[in-house]
Amino acid sequence: MTTETPTSHIPLSARRRWRLGDVLLQGIAGAAALGLAALMVLLVVEVVGQAHAALSEFGLGFLHTSVWNTVKDTYGALDLIFGTLVTAAVALLIAVPLAIAIGLFLSELAPRALRTPVGTMVELLAAIPSVVLGLWGILVLGPFLNEHVEPFMIAHLGFVPFLDGFPSPVGLLPACLILTLMVVPIVASISRELFTSVPGELKQGALALGATRWEMVRGVAMPQVSGGLVAAVMLGFGRAVGEAIAVTQVIGGSLTRPDSIYAPADTMASRLAAQYAGTATSLQKSSLAYLAVILLVISLLTNVAAQVIVRRIQRRLGHR
Amino acid sequence: MSTVSEPDRAERTEAAQPEDTTDAVLQQSQSKLGELAAQHTPVPEEQREPVLRLDGVTVSYSGAPAVCDVTMDVFRYQVTAFIGPSGCGKTTLLRSLNRMNDLITGATVDGRITYHGHDLYGSAVDPVEVRRRIGMVFQRPNPFPKSIFDNVAFGLRLHGMKDNLDERVETALSKAALWDEVKDRLNKSALALSGGQQQRLCIARALAIEPEIVLMDEPASALDPIATQRIEDLVGELKRDYTIVIVTHNMQQAARVADMTAFFSVDVKDGGHRNGVLVEYAPTADLFIRPADSRTEAYVTGRFG
Amino acid sequence: MSAVGNPLVSRGRRARRRKLTGQIMEVLATAAALLAAAALAIVIITVAKRAAPALNVDFFTQNAAPFGGAGGGIENAIVGTLIITGIATAIALPAGVLLAIFNTEFAPRRLADLISLTLNVLAGVPTIVIGVFIFALVVVGRGQSAFAGSLGLSIVMLPLVARASEEVLRLVPSHLREGGMALGATRARTVITVILPTAIGGIVTATIVAVARAAGETAPLLFTTSIFVGTAVNTDPSQAMASIPMVIFSYSESPDPHAQQQAWAAALVLVAVVLVGSIAGRLLSLRTRRQIEQVR
Repeated sequence: MTTETPTSHIPLSARRRWRLGDVLLQGIAGAAALGLAALMVLLVVEVVGQAHAALSEFGLGFLHTSVWNTVKDTYGALDLIFGTLVTAAVALLIAVPLAIAIGLFLSELAPRALRTPVGTMVELLAAIPSVVLGLWGILVLGPFLNEHVEPFMIAHLGFVPFLDGFPSPVGLLPACLILTLMVVPIVASISRELFTSVPGELKQGALALGATRWEMVRGVAMPQVSGGLVAAVMLGFGRAVGEAIAVTQVIGGSLTRPDSIYAPADTMASRLAAQYAGTATSLQKSSLAYLAVILLVISLLTNVAAQVIVRRIQRRLGHR
Repeated sequence: MSTVSEPDRAERTEAAQPEDTTDAVLQQSQSKLGELAAQHTPVPEEQREPVLRLDGVTVSYSGAPAVCDVTMDVFRYQVTAFIGPSGCGKTTLLRSLNRMNDLITGATVDGRITYHGHDLYGSAVDPVEVRRRIGMVFQRPNPFPKSIFDNVAFGLRLHGMKDNLDERVETALSKAALWDEVKDRLNKSALALSGGQQQRLCIARALAIEPEIVLMDEPASALDPIATQRIEDLVGELKRDYTIVIVTHNMQQAARVADMTAFFSVDVKDGGHRNGVLVEYAPTADLFIRPADSRTEAYVTGRFG
Repeated sequence: MSAVGNPLVSRGRRARRRKLTGQIMEVLATAAALLAAAALAIVIITVAKRAAPALNVDFFTQNAAPFGGAGGGIENAIVGTLIITGIATAIALPAGVLLAIFNTEFAPRRLADLISLTLNVLAGVPTIVIGVFIFALVVVGRGQSAFAGSLGLSIVMLPLVARASEEVLRLVPSHLREGGMALGATRARTVITVILPTAIGGIVTATIVAVARAAGETAPLLFTTSIFVGTAVNTDPSQAMASIPMVIFSYSESPDPHAQQQAWAAALVLVAVVLVGSIAGRLLSLRTRRQIEQVR
């Protein structure tokens, strides 16, 4: 890139200043990038550092020990892992089909005029702060479930293991439902994008063979975007596992394993939020940090996996 | 004339020559078209059996007509070509024959299209049934991201034609002149095939569900000349068992493959609104050699694009 | 034409079943969308209804009543949220834009991809873990501070600002970039005088959305700025400060109906801020996109 003629009318000092500016900008921008890397490393180091005592004390046994005793100063995450997995699984079980259906609605079925308003409403659901959802959960959803839904479920579905118990205003069920509300918008907006990206000619090819719209979706559109849907579910899972505030508000913070879906329970993120600020012993604090490490590992794995899938899809699309 | 001076006349004769040459070329091309078209022995009118009858058909998008007032019949076991300049609504009309325009919001069809006497757009009519009987092949090959076998079997599974699935797939691929090339790799992805092969796969896919009519929208325009030739040969073979309507912007192609040809043109109304109209519909030989309408003649002799 | 013998009418069990299945699926999909919209409406309306009694001028201009008595407001929390979010924005905005510039102007393809990957991964880290991180980094040994809370929020905001800014910068047509450089301007000059001004709308939008999101976050504040002295308004970032999310959080667990009332009202304020910010962000982003398209 030659700068001879065009800039020769600019005084030397100014040119030197701008070239310096070039170096400066590249330097600062590069520093930001390095800062990002440093941030990630620091994040891992500090969190693991906080957990160090518990890591060395309990090792991997922490993951399959079911105790949380501040008197004996011994801790294990098994019940919390159970709570985390149950709430996340139930939330995904309800949220994913709902969200894919919404994605289909927004991309295929809805009359054009409705697409933006309904789409916006779904995305605004994601914008509601989790503490507000938690507030609504404690003061509205929980009591409602306790008075009307849970007795009904116990009466009619009580033969199913884990669905028989005593109604409670706090517990796994409200936590699952709140998490569902959080996961739906994430998966729905990704699904919508995915279905919109299916080439029109593919859809028309299926319809021209006499497929109904649903048959076209099931036979051609969904297989086409299946990778992306998997990535979306992973992101939803990550969200459900990592949510601390709303869950801790509605789940009851119980120290024992719940015997039914109505009973109070706890998840890793929720326990962390509830106890980390004021712990009795430093080992307790460290054990809570250990929970943070587990959460960090889960989130790193799911997010990296989701990104890898997305990259692969983008490359395949670019290829064609 | 007698007042023209000698040098001027010489100039004019000089100037006249390039035009003469162009005229000569155009006449040659028309006679070439005529040669190709003359290969088709026209079926006598009494023996032509209409499967689709169009009566005053106008297709509009959100109120704006795209092609107006078309009246014509499509005859059984014949290849009917729609030709004409771009923008004259050939594809729009084609898509209304299997109700694919239903998918476009705001698309309306006025007039009457009947299939064996039944109104295609009747209130009780199920578009799914229409499309089972009237298949379509698109301009660009659009195989599903599945195996070759599953592509062909897709329609069969949809419509419950699952008995002897393997046989049906083989038959369809044979009819599309693709069987020999893929019989050893039916489980491989259809996307690995070449463009021409993919298009023949799409034809096989359409044939598998045993339609009566096959609509083709410029099926060879995205293919190289050799693949195009194979598609044209295929059309010639298929007309023994199927009725084919083919849209093409290539006159030679129409002359080669079609028994009947419909020429569409663009009509510009006051206000600048353009829509397509059916200008002339006749046996191919007649249309190319002795066009009845001056617009047809202008088009087939290449005087305008 | 009668339907008898009409081949175009679906007959047979299979055909009718297929048609019915298709219709049922379409109904279900519509129902799902309506369900989501209804959920949103229910939550917002409930918050508004329960907050209504507590909303008066006092609510915004007074601090919490001593010992949770009647009256009082969340003035200190509002001020606190403004300051904490403000500092967080002051950190995240330049950092995010610089990262976006690095990715679009200086980084080779693979490095840019890696940085994008890192940002996406960072965005996925649970906010409670970020709270632990900042606690370990800044609070340990020093005590809580609003500044620590700001750091946590800035980490939440960073990926949002960086990703959205990068999107906008990439939208800027290359002929603007090349035009600047062909005239002999250096990269820096082109970026600062040509590209950034074109992209500024999108960057502002991204910031608004990120701020709306950060204002509602509780977890990064939980261990960093939740315990504060007294209920007076505090403007010193080196001390812990009240914040609206923390008010909601702590009052939501209280059995005192008055505290709950305040929580609803604070929730309404938060929801209003977040919703207005999100909607404004979307509208602005559509407008910016259109503007940049015109420049093409």
